[in-house]
Amino acid sequence: MKARVHVMLKDGVLDPQGEAVRHALGTLGFDGVNGVRQGKVIELDLADGTTEADVNEMCERLLANTVIERYTVEIV
Amino acid sequence: MKAAVIVFPGSNCDRDLAVAFRAAGMDVTMVWHKDTGLPDGIDLVGIPGGFSFGDYLRCGAIAARSPICRAVVDHAHAGGYVLGICNGFQVLTETGLLPGALMRNAGLRFICKTTPLEVVTDQSDFTAGYGVGDTLNIPIAHHDGNYTAGADVLAKLSDEDRIAFRYRDNPNGSVGDIAGVLSSNRRVLGLMPHPERAAEDAQGSADGAAMFRALAGALADA
Repeated sequence: MKARVHVMLKDGVLDPQGEAVRHALGTLGFDGVNGVRQGKVIELDLADGTTEADVNEMCERLLANTVIERYTVEIV
Repeated sequence: MKAAVIVFPGSNCDRDLAVAFRAAGMDVTMVWHKDTGLPDGIDLVGIPGGFSFGDYLRCGAIAARSPICRAVVDHAHAGGYVLGICNGFQVLTETGLLPGALMRNAGLRFICKTTPLEVVTDQSDFTAGYGVGDTLNIPIAHHDGNYTAGADVLAKLSDEDRIAFRYRDNPNGSVGDIAGVLSSNRRVLGLMPHPERAAEDAQGSADGAAMFRALAGALADA
């Protein structure tokens, strides 16, 4: 079983890196990019029997800092 | 008084911190991150600056889950003193011993320069050697020092007089110009600036020395 964890800054938390990417896209002539948010994707290769609840606990305890980040878990 | 300095792979201010502790009269033991306990009788734990575990995942995130950090959290919960500087501050927020988080600097650049700090409280054994409103010249050297916390946390920090230092000239976008915060029992301090790099005149500023002297005095009296 594999799981893919998406970690993003929470809405309302300023993302200076996303903002820099947005500026760079504008410099390249891509008008109309109203906002960019940059996050990360973590792929987990899991032993059989690992549950989605286990993955959620991994996110809470390490993979995301829930002070500033939110996460979603996708079982693939 | 006995102090421990934790060493992670990628720590690079551990020896500077040990020098500053020793200059203040402390007996210092270096403790490796894989150790599961602190030496007996430790009064103060220093978590140094650097790039523990290469800043993988998030700054301080892996270090905060290392075996020794469990012992550091227990030490803090038992009323022990902990000082986290720069990466050490990031580690302390990741352990949950201090609230908030440290994000990428607002200007996206690594900043290495001496910056003026305002002493916000003298009500702690870290800051008792300063006067409220004093300006200290202390170096910063970080890429991820942009302190953030929810409005409820910020109100609580302010109400409880737990903001230890503010930047006079905010270099990194930190909310409320916050450079360092205290735990609710005032025995855990995390700050981004490096007082151990301003602990004697030869370093260009000795404004950090009073922090180590005050700590040593408090621990000697304890």
